[in-house]
Amino acid sequence: MKNRLKILRAERDWSQSDLADHLQVSRQSVNAIETGKYDPSLPLAFRIADVFGLPIEDIFLREG
Amino acid sequence: MATYKSPAIRRYTIRLAVLMSLYVFLIFAVGWTFRHTDISGVPAIALAIAPALPIIGVFWAVMRLLVEESDEYIRMLHVRQCLFATGFCLMVMTVWEFLQNYDLVAAGNGGFGAAFFWFVGLGLGAVYNKVTMGTIGSCP
Repeated sequence: MKNRLKILRAERDWSQSDLADHLQVSRQSVNAIETGKYDPSLPLAFRIADVFGLPIEDIFLREG
Repeated sequence: MATYKSPAIRRYTIRLAVLMSLYVFLIFAVGWTFRHTDISGVPAIALAIAPALPIIGVFWAVMRLLVEESDEYIRMLHVRQCLFATGFCLMVMTVWEFLQNYDLVAAGNGGFGAAFFWFVGLGLGAVYNKVTMGTIGSCP
């Protein structure tokens, strides 16, 4: 699933480690989600949305 | 990429160290007892089973890791690793049994049982994760 994590991170000048700290997950998790290798569960997607203060659909994009 | 060390993986590492230390002690102690005593019957059976217990303990430790790991992506990598190990072990043992069925290899396993190949499979599963996902996450 495509997402805007990298852009949102850049807007806040956060590294993957910074975002991982905010989400309390590993940096590998952030990297895998950001590069589309792994789709997060709904609870983690909500946590990501909360960290950025955005609705989920503004972060994760429908394919096609 | 740095290897992730969660509290769950730390607990797993400690459990693994304790269980493997116990296994090494038991494998030598049981071997010595069978060579130097004439133990038989139920005590012999109990003694022979003793080294299997820490190995079973390692299976428990791996399963606890899957339960206790709070990072869902790392947990998914562990699950993939375990599934890879299970498939690898079943494949090796199935091929081996057919080779034995047709007397192409000797009976017995020379000490290399299913557990050995499952642990080898765990290592190969880490390589599989590295190749396909770019990280091993951590090392069960």
